[in-house]
Amino acid sequence: MVASFSKHLVKFPSNKNSPTTSAPRPRPHLPDLICDDLPASPSRSRHRPRRAPPPTKLSSPGSEPEQAAAKMYGWEMLSFNIHDGFLEAIVRGNRSGLLTAADYNNLCQCETLDDIKMHLTATEYGPYLQNEPSPLHTTTIVEKCTLKLVDEYKHMLCQATEPLSTFLQYITYGHMIDNVVLIVTGTLHERDVNELLEKCHPLGMFDSIASLAVAQNMRELYRLVLVDTPLAPYFSECITSEDLDDMNIEIMRNTLYKAYLEDFYKFCQKLGGATAEIMCDILSFEADRRAVNITINSIGTELTRDDRRKLYSNFGLLYPYGHEELAVCEDVDQVRGAMEKYPPYQSIFSRISYGESQMLDKAFYEEEVRRLCLSFEQQFHYGVFFAYIRLREQEIRNLMWISECVAQNQKARVHDSVVFIF
Amino acid sequence: MAGQNQRLNVVPTVTMLGVMKARLVGATRGHALLKKKSDALTVQFRAILKKIVAAKESMGETMRASSFSLAEAKYVAGDGVRHVVLQSVRAASVRVRSHQENVAGVKLPKFTHFVDPAAASGGPSNASPSLTGLARGGQQVAACRAAHVKAIEVLVELASLQTSFLTLDEAIKTTNRRVNALENVVKPRIENTISYIKGELDELEREDFFRLKKIQGYKKREIERQRANAKLFAEEQLAEDLALKRGISVGAAANLLVAGGEKDDDIIF
Repeated sequence: MVASFSKHLVKFPSNKNSPTTSAPRPRPHLPDLICDDLPASPSRSRHRPRRAPPPTKLSSPGSEPEQAAAKMYGWEMLSFNIHDGFLEAIVRGNRSGLLTAADYNNLCQCETLDDIKMHLTATEYGPYLQNEPSPLHTTTIVEKCTLKLVDEYKHMLCQATEPLSTFLQYITYGHMIDNVVLIVTGTLHERDVNELLEKCHPLGMFDSIASLAVAQNMRELYRLVLVDTPLAPYFSECITSEDLDDMNIEIMRNTLYKAYLEDFYKFCQKLGGATAEIMCDILSFEADRRAVNITINSIGTELTRDDRRKLYSNFGLLYPYGHEELAVCEDVDQVRGAMEKYPPYQSIFSRISYGESQMLDKAFYEEEVRRLCLSFEQQFHYGVFFAYIRLREQEIRNLMWISECVAQNQKARVHDSVVFIF
Repeated sequence: MAGQNQRLNVVPTVTMLGVMKARLVGATRGHALLKKKSDALTVQFRAILKKIVAAKESMGETMRASSFSLAEAKYVAGDGVRHVVLQSVRAASVRVRSHQENVAGVKLPKFTHFVDPAAASGGPSNASPSLTGLARGGQQVAACRAAHVKAIEVLVELASLQTSFLTLDEAIKTTNRRVNALENVVKPRIENTISYIKGELDELEREDFFRLKKIQGYKKREIERQRANAKLFAEEQLAEDLALKRGISVGAAANLLVAGGEKDDDIIF
């Protein structure tokens, strides 16, 4: 299974580069090309509904039936189940294993971590937790729950065929970026590699991750290791070798993440159909949320307006005018003023009182969960896989929060941050 | 007490008495001073105890708040945020400085915390703490950081108080031991010695007096005797003179009698 994973990873860059650009391009020039492409992508998305596939192509399905079906909204149902029907069934089955509001209510009543474990044993987490020795810790619960998610993910990845496998891999790139950044920072501070590897998120692991530590400087790191990973285009795109060395690691992480989101967005658009419709909505929300969070979190720091502007993803509801407003915001109320012009976000901001930003994260999580749940309403698209992974992650967050509250005797605050999924 | 009946091994002389009296005065003064010091330390001790109780109560609250803020940060920023924070730290920004404070002659260690500006700003590749969790949870990370800095403040204060507490406790014990030793051992012993010396001196004085009296009586008797002898002698002299005048030596008469008694048969009586 690992072999298949790595095979996909290695195969991926060539697979990704060929359809987007006609001419083969050398890697060092990658940034310029992608940067030129990017502003065009949202406009393409706006034109998408009008761009109906030519009837001639539909009438000749023999050449590439899948691609033709994928391009048109509503036509997936003809061919979707050939390759992806099984996995969709699996993911929908897994979805019904997510904890319900009744489960959460039971968990919130728990007095000790052992009670939580007992309740979780009755759910799908049972096999993962039942052999844990009794002095239980919050991190153990989180670790085991994450393990279940990883196992499910790997199972799905093994069964997946193109382009679903690529799609599934895209989901993990975010964690991969985090892991790479973690290892790079750790290496710069001369920590032990094995110790660092233990701290990496299991979803973001790739085969050559351990060799990240051999690189002494960033240029070597890119040349030796990253070039073989799917993250290579993001690195070459966002970071020139001069500022690799003295760049703030957080800015680097966010630049990479921006590139990743944009790439994922383009990939989903390329898939077309219901997948594009649903995933672009979710990713736009993700990008907007990042923009708002970056704005709020960078208030009062040394991050300049231009730098802040550069970290926003070039798509989403806020792009481009909202970004201009966010970039100049100096306090939370200005952010609120900028966001209230956008109806979907107005409701989020109306729920939190003035001057307060603590509840904002929960409000965003709730909105994200709502959108993710909606994606299950449609069939024959890949959004459910993304939604399922994200919902599981949210569930693990909820479990962590409940366990922390129980472990720290703060049960009054249990309901502050739990986001009910169903 | 053990020292109640003891005394110093000294020669009971007047000089020693003077020395002992001087020592007693010194011991009394030392006792008074040490007593005062012990009282001052106890006052300080009570104040520190009160502060420790307050600090411990606030520490429970602060530690709970800070560990809960860590949970909040983990919730928003993900579990991996702790590794991110750990990796980006190079040197501690909050440092503890220790100095000494003098309370009634006892040196108490005091700790104060301060923020090291060089470490806080971070090195060239050191991710400054304010940018951690930029995309999500930056505020919670900052809040968590603030809560933990507050917790460190309380901890440093508590550590300082506890150390002072222990040092002061030791000092008070030593001082009290000294006070008690002076009061119950040294002073009684010196007092015993003084009374012993005084007793001995009195005894000597009495002996001298008795001896003087004896000598005086002897002398008196001797004079009496001599005077009596002289008187007798004078009477004899007088009688001899009288006899001589009569022509009869008293001695000779006697001798005559004696001689006559032996030799002269003619004399009947």
